[in-house]
Order: sequence, then C-alpha cells, then structure tokens
Amino acid sequence: MAITHREFDYIKGLIKQEAAIVIDTGKEYLVESRLMPLAQKHGLASVKDLVDNLSKRDNQQLVTQVVEAMTTNETSFFRDFYPFEALKKKVIPDLIANRSAAKELVIWCAATSSGQEPYSLAMLIKENFPQLATWRLRIICSDISEEMLERTRSGVYNQLEVNRGLPVSLLMKYFKQDGTRWIVKDDLRRMLEVRLVNLAAPWPHLPQVDLIMMRNVLIYFDQVTKVSILKHAYDQLKVNGVLLLGSTETTINMNLSYQVQQYEKLSYYSKL
Amino acid sequence: MRALVIDDSRAARMAVSRILKSIGFDVVEAENGEQALDILNKDETITVAMVDWNMPIMNGYEFVKLVRRSDKFREVMLVMVTTENEMSQVVKALSAGANEYVMKPFTDEVILEKLEMLGLRL
Repeated sequence: MAITHREFDYIKGLIKQEAAIVIDTGKEYLVESRLMPLAQKHGLASVKDLVDNLSKRDNQQLVTQVVEAMTTNETSFFRDFYPFEALKKKVIPDLIANRSAAKELVIWCAATSSGQEPYSLAMLIKENFPQLATWRLRIICSDISEEMLERTRSGVYNQLEVNRGLPVSLLMKYFKQDGTRWIVKDDLRRMLEVRLVNLAAPWPHLPQVDLIMMRNVLIYFDQVTKVSILKHAYDQLKVNGVLLLGSTETTINMNLSYQVQQYEKLSYYSKL
Repeated sequence: MRALVIDDSRAARMAVSRILKSIGFDVVEAENGEQALDILNKDETITVAMVDWNMPIMNGYEFVKLVRRSDKFREVMLVMVTTENEMSQVVKALSAGANEYVMKPFTDEVILEKLEMLGLRL
C-alpha cells in the first residue's frame, strides 16, 4: 500500500527535525522502500502503523532507527575514482610536505556510511605513502548512523560490495574470505577511529584536522545547514588543510573563506 | 576501442556486451577460449577481453595462461568474469596474468568501475 501525503509529510518533518536533511516531494517511494523493512522488523503491517507509533513520541530508539534507515547512502570503494587519484598524486603529497616537521596527519571522513571510503583511504595510504608508517596518522570516521558505524568497525562486506570499485589486488592483500563474506584484515581496521557525529547538530570534540572528506552528504541538507556545516569544517581544519566534497557539491557562492583548488577533474577547498 | 566477450552462455555474453556497448566499445563475442584465441590472433585492435572461467573446449583460466605466454598480446587487458569466488581461484587467475576479476553476479557499475581502474573508459 502506497504511503499517504500525511505519512510522507510526517516522516519528512521528522527527518528535517532530527537530522536537518530534506526529503524532496516525489521521494515517497524512497520513504516506503526504506521504512517498510523497519516496520516489518517491529511487527507492523505498514508504514502507516510505523508513523502512528512514531506519533506517540515515546520511543526515541524507533526515531533513531527511522533516521538511520532514511539517511543510509550508496557508497563503494574508491567511489568516483578520480578524487582518489587526486589524493594520491596531489593532495596527500602536499600535506606530507607541509607537515614533515610535525610528522602528524589527521584525516576525518565525515560521512563514512558503511566504511568503504575510509578503508579506501587507508589502503591508498598503505600502498603509496609507506613513509607515513612512522608518522602519527589518525583516520577518524564518523556517521550519523550507529548501524553504519558498526558495519565500519566490523569491516565485513559481501561479494557485490567488494566487486564495487575495489581493485582485486587490494582485495587479495587487505581482506580475508569467510564464505561469501570478505573481512578487512586487522591491521587496516586498526587504522580507523570510529565516532558518532551528526553533522547538523553541535559536533563533539574533534582534533584539528588536515584533511576532511565530506563527500555526497551536503546534498541532503538545506542551504542554511550546508553553510553552517561548511563554516564548522573550516574551523576544524588546520592551516593548509583540505576539504573534499562530492562532485555536485561546492562552497562557491556561500561567502566562505575556502580557497578553491583544482587538480585535473577535482575541485577541492583549502584553508590558507 | 574493441572488446572481446568470452562466455559459453549467450545470456551472459549479452549482459556484458550491453554494458561495454553502452560506453562505446565495439564488441566481438566467443563461446570458449579456443574460439577467443582464434579471434584474438586475427584482430589486433582488441584492447580488453572479458573472460568467463568455466567453458567447454578451453576454459578461461587456460585462455589467460596461453594469452600471457605470447608477447604479442601483452597490451591486452584480461578481466575474469566468473562465478568462481574462492580466494584461491582469484589468486590463481591473477598469477596466470588476469588484470582484474569480477565475481558474478555483478551490476553495470561493477563492470564500468573495473574498466575505469584499467584506464579503459572511453
């Protein structure tokens, strides 16, 4: 049974309030497909029943689960390919040159989803920058969803997920097989620090960082929230630090202090 | 660019060919390794072969080994596309000279991303 306008508007309002994420009209199918499995998990027959339960406002855990279900995004290893080429050839070498005295590099993947991005970054570093083995390297990965963070911690991926974007040589080197599941080896998993962060709410204490990966997450926020997040991100960066956004996202026309840089197809943003 | 799709299943050949054609490849097809080797010997414009493992007459693993024995084909990229999903099999294919490996089932994106990794997106 298709969801009604009332149910859609309720979910839309809830997600806006809890996560500052805007679900556009026309995405009713998305609400239904994401929430029906959750409704069934709770023994409910429909999304309508789920909305009725939510309306009672006495089950914060259910609210959290709805937010998580609605904000889980598609991801893959080395997503879009060229940003990782730019990281390898330009962004990380520049950061290494700038930080060679302190020998410290702090990276923050701010919308880590199920972990493919930070693991891609960890593999890229191990493969291309062996000198960082003697540095203090931190890869902090955060997400709004506890479920996604647990997936990141576990490092377990199915066959289709490891098919997506991951060179097979890296699959052989950094994963072990368990039937049709592939599990990230411990030395790579140990490189990640996992934190729960809602980008639209006040951020918990985080260190000053050299590189922020905030790709394909701003698209879900309204303009006011986007600007606020980008300002916070600027404050979080060290001088000469770099922000990477998704290909359709930008800081341009937001009256922010970032310096736009270009490397081949990639635009990225520096704090000078 | 020209691609060779090798699979004894017509449906599987069509699935891979459709994806390759969608990004501008010319595609030729073969039903087994022996036929594929014959085509490869006659057609020097082929840049990539998508190779199933289990086929009659000559399987994909034998095909990869034979192709890699010849210096003439050193520029040809070889991508295994197979239901063989054991790590030991993947290692075997890579040792024989396969450049990439796709485990069936796959989506369009899987094939497109593998081609991009190999620098083969048009």
